[in-house]
Amino acid sequence: MRKITAEIAVVGAGPAGLCAALEARLAGADVVLIDENRLPGGQLFKQIHKFFGSKEHRAGVRGFAIGQELLAQVSDSGARVLLDSLVYGIQPDKSMGLLTAGENCLLLAEKIIIASGAKENYTPFPGSTLPGVMGAGAAQTMINVNRVLPGARVVMVGSGNVGLIVSYQLLQAGAEVVAVVEGAPRIGGYGVHAGKLRRAGVPFYLGHTISRAYGDDGVRHVEIARLDERWNPVPGSEFTLDADTICLAVGLNPMTELVWMAGCQFDYIPALGGHVPLHDRNMETTVRGLYVAGDVTGVEEASSAMEEGKLAGVAAAEALGYLDARAAKEKKAEIEARLNRLRSGLFGEKRREAKETQLAAMQRARESEKEVV
Amino acid sequence: MPEGVVYTGIPSREELAACPGIPTEARMARGRVAVIECVQEIPCNPCESACRFGAIEIGEQLTALPRLDGEKCTGCGLCVALCPGLAITIVDKSFSATESTVDFPFEYLPLPGEGDTVDACSRAGETVCPARVVAVKKSPAYAGTAVVSIRVPTAFADEVRTMRRLPRREEDI
Repeated sequence: MRKITAEIAVVGAGPAGLCAALEARLAGADVVLIDENRLPGGQLFKQIHKFFGSKEHRAGVRGFAIGQELLAQVSDSGARVLLDSLVYGIQPDKSMGLLTAGENCLLLAEKIIIASGAKENYTPFPGSTLPGVMGAGAAQTMINVNRVLPGARVVMVGSGNVGLIVSYQLLQAGAEVVAVVEGAPRIGGYGVHAGKLRRAGVPFYLGHTISRAYGDDGVRHVEIARLDERWNPVPGSEFTLDADTICLAVGLNPMTELVWMAGCQFDYIPALGGHVPLHDRNMETTVRGLYVAGDVTGVEEASSAMEEGKLAGVAAAEALGYLDARAAKEKKAEIEARLNRLRSGLFGEKRREAKETQLAAMQRARESEKEVV
Repeated sequence: MPEGVVYTGIPSREELAACPGIPTEARMARGRVAVIECVQEIPCNPCESACRFGAIEIGEQLTALPRLDGEKCTGCGLCVALCPGLAITIVDKSFSATESTVDFPFEYLPLPGEGDTVDACSRAGETVCPARVVAVKKSPAYAGTAVVSIRVPTAFADEVRTMRRLPRREEDI
């Protein structure tokens, strides 16, 4: 079996993986960056909106433009990039199985950074298997990457930022969004994103749910019902909208398969999307030498993922001796400060608290490990 | 339905009244000025960095609401294009004896042409009145967002925040 070796292997070339690879390579480490897709960038290239945050987080720059810059920096850095390549397994000795260029290879690295991202949640309802029902992320890929409009009249389920942003982008792509349906009594995402939709005449149905979708050959009609305060549909409250597409924006959950396989310890933190690997402030998991970054550590957003990636890249390079303790400490302090600025305010505070819970659980795991020794 | 941005996507009258980004009536009457309808504490400050005149202040706390200094604001409009939330307009109530202009970000194709008549719309997307397009500004500095300026009767200047999207033409697809 062909052997591929590197000092640091980064799995996943989205915002977190790109930043991790770049930081580690710039510090001098030999880095291989692997992604199962034919194009790197993860979800960055479908983010056609301008990012929030501040200048240091590339605020005001559209996501795909950030992706283009990062890619150029990574390829200039001399990091090896393997695309269309799948890390399908990891052994207790941390050796990995890699399929690349049609060949089954053994991947060996002193440090591993897993930045595998997240996947969309699904919600079942009568008719939810009809053609025309899809994740909001899938619709976003269709319009912004593949330039295919999934339908003419869309019902969006979920009013978090993903639901709001993808609704806006569907309007920009030429579809009509006939409703944003949200079970909660309030809009989940940023008011300014909702405001764009309201100005475009999109109606919001808060405290409502899809009760069923029907049509002969795909979605043609969508029945919506009001929910009572216990989230039960109110009989007789149903009304029907004509639509050919239903987009589900009902949250994301971390893609943790590799991390589970590696034997890392987890915690269940709903605010971060479910089961998340424990990690310390260096992004190192309970398995020494295995780091995580981005949505796989808990679902947040691209700006935080980039910062976590940098953190993991710096820490892994430091562990290999490419950065002295002082230089690494300085870099990490800067990154943490930027992360904290993102995890603040009305929407960020909950994430900051959840990440603190995760770090505290890690602390306990490390302490009990010491006791065993 | 209860009022307020989390229930409607539209800042309520009270939220706007308490918003530090809204200039005074007197300032709007004097000429072009930014109207920053940012009422939620989100970590974001491109408006502050965009302003060359130091008229928008957020400060160290990234989630603080932007505070407008109406005396420093020249109404140049760079912040209109750079706000990721598309929450800023430029209002000029001195445009004529009866009319005001409203400049707003517009990210839909096709763009209107100068001199066209369009439907001026409210924060809720309702048609308020017909309006004449005064200018359509596109600049590399705007990073892909066009800024459309329309003139409306001054009585509607606080209500109009956008225009109705135009039907798509074959060549835009």
